[in-house]
Amino acid sequence: MEQIGILEGRERQVLEKNSGVAQADIACDTSSLSGSVSQRACVFCGSRVVLYPVADAIHLVHGPIGCAAYTWDIRGAVSSGPELHRLSFSTDLQEMDVIYGGEKKLYHSLIELIEQYKPKAAFIYSTCIVGLIGDDIDAVCKKVAKETGIPVLPVHSEGFKGTKKDGYKAACLALMKLIGTGSTDGISKYSINILGEFNLAGEAWIIRQYYEKMGIEVVSTLTGDGRIDAVRRAHGASLNVVQCSGSMTWLAKEMEEKYGIPYIRVSYFGIEDMSKSLYDVALHFPDRPEIMEAAKQIVSEEVKTLYPSLQKFKKALQGKKAAIYVGGAFKTFSLIKALRSIGMSVVLAGSQTGNKDDYARLKEMCDEGTVIVDDSNPVELSKFILEKEADLLIGGVKERPIAFKLGVAFCDHNHERKIPLAGFIGMYNFALEVYQSVMSPVWQFAPRKGGSL
Amino acid sequence: MKHEHAKAATQNACKLCNPLGACLAFRGIENCVPFLHGSQGCATYIRRYLISHYKEPIDIASSNFNEETAVFGGSHNLKIGLKNVSDQYKPEVIGVATTCLSETIGDDVPGILREYKKEFKNGSPMPLIIHASTPSYQGSHIDGFHAAVHATVKALAVKGPKQTLINLFPNMVSPADLRHLKEIFTDFAAPVMVLPDYSQTMDGGPWGEYHRIPPGGTPASAIASAASASASIEFGSTIEASKSAAEYLDVMFGIPAYRMPLPIGIKGSDKFFSLLETLTGTKRAEKYEDERRRLVDAYADGHKYVFEKKVIIYGEEDLVIAMTAFLREIGMVPVLCASGGKSGMLKKRIAELVPDMDELGINVRDGVDFVDIEEESKILQPDFLIGNSKGFTMSKKNNIPLLRLGFPIHDRFGGQRMHHLGYRGTLELFDRIVNTVIEQRQNASSIGYTYM
Repeated sequence: MEQIGILEGRERQVLEKNSGVAQADIACDTSSLSGSVSQRACVFCGSRVVLYPVADAIHLVHGPIGCAAYTWDIRGAVSSGPELHRLSFSTDLQEMDVIYGGEKKLYHSLIELIEQYKPKAAFIYSTCIVGLIGDDIDAVCKKVAKETGIPVLPVHSEGFKGTKKDGYKAACLALMKLIGTGSTDGISKYSINILGEFNLAGEAWIIRQYYEKMGIEVVSTLTGDGRIDAVRRAHGASLNVVQCSGSMTWLAKEMEEKYGIPYIRVSYFGIEDMSKSLYDVALHFPDRPEIMEAAKQIVSEEVKTLYPSLQKFKKALQGKKAAIYVGGAFKTFSLIKALRSIGMSVVLAGSQTGNKDDYARLKEMCDEGTVIVDDSNPVELSKFILEKEADLLIGGVKERPIAFKLGVAFCDHNHERKIPLAGFIGMYNFALEVYQSVMSPVWQFAPRKGGSL
Repeated sequence: MKHEHAKAATQNACKLCNPLGACLAFRGIENCVPFLHGSQGCATYIRRYLISHYKEPIDIASSNFNEETAVFGGSHNLKIGLKNVSDQYKPEVIGVATTCLSETIGDDVPGILREYKKEFKNGSPMPLIIHASTPSYQGSHIDGFHAAVHATVKALAVKGPKQTLINLFPNMVSPADLRHLKEIFTDFAAPVMVLPDYSQTMDGGPWGEYHRIPPGGTPASAIASAASASASIEFGSTIEASKSAAEYLDVMFGIPAYRMPLPIGIKGSDKFFSLLETLTGTKRAEKYEDERRRLVDAYADGHKYVFEKKVIIYGEEDLVIAMTAFLREIGMVPVLCASGGKSGMLKKRIAELVPDMDELGINVRDGVDFVDIEEESKILQPDFLIGNSKGFTMSKKNNIPLLRLGFPIHDRFGGQRMHHLGYRGTLELFDRIVNTVIEQRQNASSIGYTYM
């Protein structure tokens, strides 16, 4: 087979764990190398994914049509009520707008959409081009807010101004403008906000139910099944529980500083982390021991039904090898544990946006010889999948065809998933999906398993 | 028309952006990497969008603009990017398409490419670099597609001794259609240069090892011969002459251009096969006579199901035009022919194929989005919709069945293997249309008929 090298300028973003020698930290938090076919998106994408699930707001993309078209109904984030988030709105800038400015078009679009859809708020995303033609979107937003009486929030997400992480921050900035504007009357002392949970396939509902069973009030979920009014009173909660740490840690820190609300980091994937996320919240309310009691009760009941149901999968999957390449590093930690609990080992782990601490922890968790990558690309991923003889790849839409082409099973852990993978039931779904893909007889025809080309 | 008020915002767009079409077209060249000169997001979003339809790995490189690039120009990033792509992919061709970002800052891409070739001429083998101008604030994905085809021919075709060769510019059709077209040329024993040909790169087999660039596509050397071919056939009737590859070859190298609508329906396919017979001096193979006979027979068997059924057809303008003509030859009424594209020619071209369109109540609207189409549907009350997957939102909301064709098909399996062209493709479409009607009837009846 042809030797595939690592691109010059990327060598430090790839590492094979070897405890026998001193290894430098993996390089990360850098912008992607030009021409390297990164799996990352852009600043706009970061903002768009974070705010996407807010269902009673309109999301207007200010720019040419592509950015809005490619994000139309893109996430599996479901709503229990309004579904404005599933529509795609764009100012669809044309050449003349680029020359003469798009402010007028933005203004008229906003007035028209607000009248037509009667949203609780509007988010206006600026795209690359808006950053260049110098539209003053803040001024337009202010004007429209005044005229319509709803919050109209600019999101400064020009694609080229940083990485996806900067987009997360731009989204959080918009949320911060809403938080603190609602009444906190009647909010219990035993209350939390769930941050960085996007209600993909109804996952936020599963999590919320556990907490409510424990006697905890969930003030708002940011942003899964999101509602503007709930966001506005989020500052009334006693604790912020942050799942997708990459996108929401900044917001949690801001809220801590401004409103004195502490935060904890959790993960809802896998039995171990899911249980811990209930216990950690309970630990925050020591004056009410029945909360911890309830948490233990939930875990014990759920595990009692879940554990036996996993054994069939574990037996089949014992010794199989997995590769993980996802957006955020925190998720990889949970996935490694979850895979181990069904008998699988991890031979490749990486993320698009992990930071130094994430990678240090990742390295610590991984087995000897595991390859760790930051901001990888299809060529590298394929090289390591084949070299390490992975049986499974966990990733998103862009990674899926790489796996299938090479005759490797695949589990979609991206925001388009339609099956909940969070919570205890999510662990069952995850194991089932992995099992269904890894154990499929179709791989016998794949060239790497001896099938003909 | 009823609802022709100008909306400021586009809601649920019935089009995609210019660079997407260019990336797809560049994938139809052998050993070619598409390269977007702009933000990282453009490449990633377009990859994701194409993958969801074609289910193939699609690497698109990006020059990955940052703030500095936007201020000082994209020259440095573009050069580094080209160098990295050359090193990592070892391509024979790199297809550079611009985006709104690089177009707005006014990068002189041809100038940068000249500099690049000078600076790196002693490095690794220099790929051929094609540049297509595809600002997202102009036109839609289909314009990017044609721009890439035009730019490729312009960059690679060189004058040479006349050959027995036909250039085929098939427009944005499915990989299955491309395979079918090539089979037809093979059966005519007529050498053909198809551009683009992503029949294998976007719908290929399994891999034993990772391919930096998937096998398949038209080789650059074959594209070079385009300038010495005996004729060009181009499907599509809304491509401006200045953007048409066939027209370019005609003007520059005197190669006769035969431009015709996509060959859908019996009349459309007849025209294509007759043209091939004229150009090759050969009669079509018996198997195509057979295919045509089967299609005529199917029309007879199924005509009552479809007669005067009202449909809304939407998609790229050229697809809509050809489909409209086909729907008329089976007695259906496309009450609305709609497109997000806006060449300005849609209505005129439909009128050429369906002269009685006004009496039949056929409405034509270009530059529309799905909310416009939805509003029209409330008045026009179609029996079903025909178009890509993106009509599903309005289909579900208004309980109007959707027959999927074209691109993208994101919510069904096998969109890349669907036929639309020739007698074979038409028969496949006809079967599906008839079955849509039958299914509708069967579901609507409480009796549970087992013969329909």
